[in-house]
Amino acid sequence: MNMAIRVFLLLLIIFSSIFPTLCIYEDQVGHMDWHQQYIGKVKHAVFHTQKAARKRVIVSTEENVVASLDLRRGEIFWRHVLGPNDVIDAIDIALGKYVITLSSGGTILRAWNLPDGQMMWESILSGATPSNSLLSIPTNLKIGKDDVVFVYGSGCLYAVASIDGEVIWKKELTSEGGNIQQLIYPDGTDIIYAVVLVGLAQFDAYQINVKTGELLKHSSRVFPAGFSGDLSFITSDIAVTLDTTGSVLVAVHFQGGAISFHQTHVSELDRDFSGAAVMLPTKLPGMFALEINKSIVFIKVTNEGKLEVVDTFGRSTAVTESLYLSEGQQAFGLVQQGDGEIILTVKRGDDWKSNLLQETIQMDYQRGIAHKVFVNTYARTDRSNGFRVLIVMEDHSLFLLQQGEIVWSREDGLASVTDVIASELPVEKDGVSVAKVEHNLFEWLKGHLLKLKGTLMIATPDDIAAIQKMRLQSSEKSKMTRDHNGFRKLLIVLTRAGKLFALHTGDGRIVWSLLLDSLRKSETCQNPRGLSLHQWQDPHHHVLDENPSVLVVGRCDHSTDSPGVLSIVDTYTGQERNRMGPAHSITRVIPLPFTDSVEQRLHLLLDVNLQARLYPRTTEALDIFLRELGNIYWYSADVDKGILKGHAVQKNCILEIADSYCFNTRDLWSIVLPSESEKIIATVTRDLNEAVHTQAKVTSDQEVMYKYISKNLLFLATVSPKAVGPTGSVTPEESWLVVYVIDTVTGRILHHMAHHGSQGPVQAVFSENWVVYHYFNLKAHRYEMSVIEIYDQSRLDNKDILKLLLGKHNLTSPITAYSRPEVIIKSQSYFFTHSVKTLAVTSTAKGITSKQLLLGTIGDQVLALDKRFLDPRRTINPTQAEKEEGIIPLTDSLPIIPQSYVTHALKVEGLRGITTVPAKLESTTLVFAYGVDLFFTRLAPSRTYDSLTEDFSYALLLITIVGLVIAIFVTWVWSEKKELKEKWR
Amino acid sequence: MFHSAQQPTMSPRYSSSLKFSFLSILVLNFSLFVSNSFAFQSDELLAYDEEFGIEGGRSPDPAVLTPTVSSPPATRKRSSDLGSDTDSKVQFSLEHAFGDSDFSSAGTFSARLKTGSHGGQTLTKLRFSRNGLSETEKENFKKLLEGDDFYRIRVPSNVFSPPGRDYIVSSVKARCLPRDGLDEHFMIHMEGVNILAVNYGSPGSCLYPRQLKIPAKWSFKSHTVLKNSEQAPRTPVFTEEVIGENGEGEVPPPDRSFWAKYWMYLIPLGLIVMNAITQAMNMADEQGNGQPGTQTQQAVAGAQRGQAPAVRRR
Repeated sequence: MNMAIRVFLLLLIIFSSIFPTLCIYEDQVGHMDWHQQYIGKVKHAVFHTQKAARKRVIVSTEENVVASLDLRRGEIFWRHVLGPNDVIDAIDIALGKYVITLSSGGTILRAWNLPDGQMMWESILSGATPSNSLLSIPTNLKIGKDDVVFVYGSGCLYAVASIDGEVIWKKELTSEGGNIQQLIYPDGTDIIYAVVLVGLAQFDAYQINVKTGELLKHSSRVFPAGFSGDLSFITSDIAVTLDTTGSVLVAVHFQGGAISFHQTHVSELDRDFSGAAVMLPTKLPGMFALEINKSIVFIKVTNEGKLEVVDTFGRSTAVTESLYLSEGQQAFGLVQQGDGEIILTVKRGDDWKSNLLQETIQMDYQRGIAHKVFVNTYARTDRSNGFRVLIVMEDHSLFLLQQGEIVWSREDGLASVTDVIASELPVEKDGVSVAKVEHNLFEWLKGHLLKLKGTLMIATPDDIAAIQKMRLQSSEKSKMTRDHNGFRKLLIVLTRAGKLFALHTGDGRIVWSLLLDSLRKSETCQNPRGLSLHQWQDPHHHVLDENPSVLVVGRCDHSTDSPGVLSIVDTYTGQERNRMGPAHSITRVIPLPFTDSVEQRLHLLLDVNLQARLYPRTTEALDIFLRELGNIYWYSADVDKGILKGHAVQKNCILEIADSYCFNTRDLWSIVLPSESEKIIATVTRDLNEAVHTQAKVTSDQEVMYKYISKNLLFLATVSPKAVGPTGSVTPEESWLVVYVIDTVTGRILHHMAHHGSQGPVQAVFSENWVVYHYFNLKAHRYEMSVIEIYDQSRLDNKDILKLLLGKHNLTSPITAYSRPEVIIKSQSYFFTHSVKTLAVTSTAKGITSKQLLLGTIGDQVLALDKRFLDPRRTINPTQAEKEEGIIPLTDSLPIIPQSYVTHALKVEGLRGITTVPAKLESTTLVFAYGVDLFFTRLAPSRTYDSLTEDFSYALLLITIVGLVIAIFVTWVWSEKKELKEKWR
Repeated sequence: MFHSAQQPTMSPRYSSSLKFSFLSILVLNFSLFVSNSFAFQSDELLAYDEEFGIEGGRSPDPAVLTPTVSSPPATRKRSSDLGSDTDSKVQFSLEHAFGDSDFSSAGTFSARLKTGSHGGQTLTKLRFSRNGLSETEKENFKKLLEGDDFYRIRVPSNVFSPPGRDYIVSSVKARCLPRDGLDEHFMIHMEGVNILAVNYGSPGSCLYPRQLKIPAKWSFKSHTVLKNSEQAPRTPVFTEEVIGENGEGEVPPPDRSFWAKYWMYLIPLGLIVMNAITQAMNMADEQGNGQPGTQTQQAVAGAQRGQAPAVRRR
């Protein structure tokens, strides 16, 4: 034991002395990094305003976040990110102090403490049949001493005690595979009604004893024409739905166990009706809403059971649930879309004509239409009802409106970043700037007045905040121009809502945002989504007269054969320059290494029919492309079939309309993986923009190793078909992981290696001549990371200086993939403690600086790991020369040094990806990690060897020099004098 | 006629044996035997894991091979029943295409099928016999050479039931092949009885830009290599003691020479000594020059100076 401690301490000392600590000091946090917290698009919101000192709203989002927001400022009080598969179905508040969430298809019920968000209890409600899920919290119901929560999920109805999550009773309801549509609990009774639709044709009503879960009565009736599925509950005993054709309204009365149907044809309500109506999910008193002919029709059910149309609105209208006012009345809100504004109306449930509130609020066009609205009431100072409304817009942003104003807004679209690309800022010159930072005279004066106030210490807190904001704006790091070190850039970010954001790397603020029209829902494009971003134009020679731009690629639906959409967006102004689509399908975008005269990059877009289309569609681009036609190759991987294919361009396609920009492709090679033993789980290629400084690597014994550097290498990982499932689902004997390194031009397998007893998921990164990948070793019960390095043997004879002098070397000969490569592979595996969500590698401008791997850990942090640890040449006892080269003694596992967490104490919740961008300064790389949160920082893997630190005191240096000069002068004078004196003596 | 390398259970690494391929076949045979006996032998129990064969095949006389060619690829089955025999023969065909033309038969691979101790089957002793090129094929090949187009080959992905799930296609720019004759090199990646991939190309380099060269002899010189998956190196596992020893071994600072340890003291010392010596020399010089007056005066001055502060101190 004693020995072990000593050894540990010694190792600690060794490690801490060998590796440079890359940590930052506490006061440097936030100096060059920023962190932004988001929650995602809100699905449900529950207000908690009664009897609460801090007014708050509880929300659940599409990013599986449950959060408590401050109603005054929109800040996050607390927040929990559930796992990616733990989708939140419903939230509510129980006992006035617990937030109840139902998630994972109605199987997990959790209670969180309202003030601080601590989890109070968790219940796993396991059922057999998958079904929809419902959460219902009656206000005044006690079973015994406990308040109850009713939960329906997996075909079972549960009564759960809300104080500790204990299941009081459980009742299996739908053995035939029906779905409970609604749970109705009339106040003060002992019966709960469950309304079930079985197979879209049978309507069932159950009466269940609340105390025991005993089934009291079950009535059922079949509707032969069939239901469309969605039910709207008008009162506690009437529901309305549509039949399968969508043209007949069916009112279902289920009072007291007797079920009766009343049919009304939609055309009786609307003369112009044609096609099919759609029932909108609303919860309004005595009313429901239908979508007919692209407009929303509100229909009222009178006491006699008759239907009458109340009002008709445009399609982009959002409706809230009904809200109980103090006098027992109900109210609800409506949001209509105007031109650059939204109109908010709050109406009483029983009186359509008069409005409780009508407000018009200016709303940026870039926000799109309102998707969801939640309303809450409060008592005004004059004791009348005031209303505040939470609005979720099309771009997933969240607004709180009160008294006709936007109280706060949150850019929660940024929680769902799908792709990132970095863009340069404008060069500093007069009159060019992205944001208008020029102040007019008044603002200038105001600024100085504020500063004066600040120095005289008479500034209010608001003034101080304003002064700090001004300072921040004028500070170096958030300027809107290019800097010498290349630290200031724009991060162009595409979100799932189809919105582009430009974030400034200095402080993370949004410079511009653009809701792309091509990625909005339309007639031709029903379910659009953004796929990727590509650098379209990156001017270097035309910096002053051309703006850089990005290509946004999208698709109209989830399937790969759906039509694609393209947009080109200027990154300085945030304006859409060009748009195309919906047109041919897009399966892959290949940026070609050629640019035209205005430095637009050529792109090849592939569709499902294996036709390649060239963009931009200019004759100049076509000329360039035809010249290089023979040297363009790519590969495709069919993951389902396990077939890899290599392709090349052949000739123009034969289409009905001749298109000289469309080309047929042909297959050059194929690799067929045996389907019974291998299944593709990961493919990784090199980053095309990566800079490699030197091909040669000088080893300790003065030998040269040549890196095998090819842009066309593919890393492929396959596992046995049984091992596709989660970790632990297979035994080590029937699980294996096979990795390949493949040249994608010729289909040549350069390396082919099997890890027996290992399993995915595989995360991998390919850089220079090496691949690092992460997987699970079932035999050792640990995660492992392996490295493969590829060295070129054919260049080894270039060491002969005589040959070099005589020019008999092959260093300058062009490299062709058709030569048989003589490569040697070095490989090594190491244990690693963490599971890894994502892997990335630092990239610098010239590729001189040593590399660091960036690991997105399971704890949503980013860990930097020196590539030197993953060196296949590590040995147990490296020689002195090898140590000098930087080879670390071999250990079986990779160390995790707490100081090397790039995110220091912060968490990037829901981490999905890490992007690295080289700065202009060779030592530095910019790191952007995104998930639900965003995090940005600068990294210097070998420390900033090429610049002085920012806190370097130039003044001190100057003073020292001046002081030394004076000292030299003074002593010279003295010595002269002394010499003179001595000579006179 | 063929020369085949006899393969015992363990075989040398592919790279180590590759050098021998340029030697004569007799030497090759011999050297493989030699390298077998001296090559690194893994202590892992993995029979036939790194099995491969390397053969140099000469372009055969078309007349001799006609019978093999005449049988269609579909009927080419292994000659004996696999279940009873652990060492049976298997044949599969190679097909080729010129540019975008259809595939046609080009030759036959034959190999021995071995059943390992785990029941896994592997191929060994791969031989290849190529059909001669017909006149139209020669014309087609010339067209490929002129157009710098692709010469494509394909093999079935399963050697028992051609074509398996799909054909394995590989292609090369035709201009890479001509040397004296037409040199080709096959590297067939196997996984049991499945062919994963065929790396096809010239045995050496293919210079870019590719020059048009019409071969003198219209016959193929084929090299074939069979390759199986390698086993990944195992993660080193250290026991506690090993780390301890390792750690202990590193703790005492390595013995450095006296000079390496104390150079920072020695250099100033040396300078002082040097200084002193030069001063002494100067003194000697001055004395030798015969200026005792100044010297004494200085000494006196020094003494006076030395006294002055002492006086003040009092």
